[in-house]
Amino acid sequence: MVTASVPDENNTVSKEKATPSLLVTALQREHPQWIGEIAEAFSEVTAMVPREHIVEVCTYLKSSEEGRFDFLADICGADRGPEEEPRFEVNYHLFSTTKHHRVRLKVLLNESDVHLPTVTGVWRTANWHERETFDLFGVIFDGHPDLRRILLPEDWQGYALRKDFPLRGYEPYSLK
Amino acid sequence: MSSTLNIPPQFEVVDRPLDTQMTISMGPQHPSTHGVLRLELVIDGESVVKATPDIGYLHTGMEKLFEYKKYQQGIVITDRMDYLNPLGNNLGYVMAVEKLLGLEIPERAQTIRVLMCELQRIASHLVWLGTHALDIGAMTVFFYCFREREKILNLIEAASGGRLTPSYFRIGGLMMDLPSGFERRVKQFLDGFPNSVEEFHKLLTGNRIFQKRTQGVGRISAEDAIDWGLSGPCLRGSGVNLDIRRANPYTGYENYDFEVPTEPDCDVWARYMVRMREMKESRKISTQALARLKPGPIKADAPKVVLPDREAMKTHMDALIHHFLIVAEGFDVPEGEVYHPIEASKGELGVYVKSNGGPKPARVHVRGPSFVNLSALPQMVEGEMIADVVAIIGSLDIVLGEIDR
Repeated sequence: MVTASVPDENNTVSKEKATPSLLVTALQREHPQWIGEIAEAFSEVTAMVPREHIVEVCTYLKSSEEGRFDFLADICGADRGPEEEPRFEVNYHLFSTTKHHRVRLKVLLNESDVHLPTVTGVWRTANWHERETFDLFGVIFDGHPDLRRILLPEDWQGYALRKDFPLRGYEPYSLK
Repeated sequence: MSSTLNIPPQFEVVDRPLDTQMTISMGPQHPSTHGVLRLELVIDGESVVKATPDIGYLHTGMEKLFEYKKYQQGIVITDRMDYLNPLGNNLGYVMAVEKLLGLEIPERAQTIRVLMCELQRIASHLVWLGTHALDIGAMTVFFYCFREREKILNLIEAASGGRLTPSYFRIGGLMMDLPSGFERRVKQFLDGFPNSVEEFHKLLTGNRIFQKRTQGVGRISAEDAIDWGLSGPCLRGSGVNLDIRRANPYTGYENYDFEVPTEPDCDVWARYMVRMREMKESRKISTQALARLKPGPIKADAPKVVLPDREAMKTHMDALIHHFLIVAEGFDVPEGEVYHPIEASKGELGVYVKSNGGPKPARVHVRGPSFVNLSALPQMVEGEMIADVVAIIGSLDIVLGEIDR
């Protein structure tokens, strides 16, 4: 799949061969600080993005001629466990409604600093996905217009999908 | 003015017109919110100024529960998310795990999966049609729809033993093969179904009241729909030709001949027409799948993952050992992460599974189409009449079990 072609000198990929993996590779060559490691597994492309560049990368991929990632399918958090550092992952699943290809962007966060910029300015659908990630993992999206809990009650203590949160909670919950 | 009348300072005189807006709470027990959805509506007279959905009343921590269950036990959790389309949820989940395991699914199992999923899609659309019409005031349609849906539930029950929570698909294949005479029963249903669709059309499509209640209501443009992440019939009702069955084909959908209906009107009516046409397409796919059913294995050749046949367990020592190990300890799934999207009845159902090895997943996340479609509701209802809010919610076809998870 990846062996089909290599980007030419201008870092652009010819249209019919523009696979997501080539696109992010070309982007990495253009802006080395934007994209970290690129992995391809199970025919899915994952690109690591430093958190301070996530908005730029998303904006670029959304508007780029070869990419056209105009559809944010999903944002989901993941906890690697309290002993891991960086502890949290935030995965962005991008999809193109015209090219029908997908790419995953991954941002890693340390437990001590769980802030990252919001992408609600790029896709409005990010609003609820980010609220859900905040609700369940405690990841804070800076600049989000309405960062409140969405699934759990507003006075809930703790973040339910963190690995150190017990399955049955700390105590029986009752509405105050 | 205040000095002449000697008004005490705590009574501030405000020189502005009377406030005409008020905030009301719609739901969570409102019958047309399709479950327990609460909307905080700011209304001015009869028109909606602002709507804020409040969800989470059905949250049961399913994503947390996945992490404590073995992979095969997760299948029954997916049934309970979108309880109108459980086979679609089963499919999304088992395919994600199969992708991690690298399993090849035999032809017959894939065809049966397509057949069952399309029947389930019809059943899901029938519930939508019945309740949507009921919300707008057409009671009769509801009974016609549920009569047809009953036939599909009977078919699903015949195959899997369950009506609402079938858990029919297993990692690596199916729970068991179709019962004898199943093809005949499906054919009987499919032969009669076009007449039923005609009945629905007669009841609703030409109905002036229904047209007035739906046409031009709840508009969302194609650009907005994509930006808000709408998928499925809601997106195709805005004229975007996108169907995951076509865009990223799975379980053999690329071999079936079907149309992707789109409507350009962007309103409740367009979403209604898309689903009505989709039911006919689903029937077409089911007919093709039925014709393709050939005898063959229904489980992948992976003895460490797929439960052995009963007969093999009685005669083969290793089959018995594998059975014991799968049930008692589960099976190890290689490290990695996948996101598998499928076209559920309501839109893109994406299942993200992350494995660190071992018999339990490290993280399972479900991108529910209802969740994302509902997030666009404020955009659609602003400026509409309060009675149209009900029509717009109905046209989104949400299931709160999937939204709250």
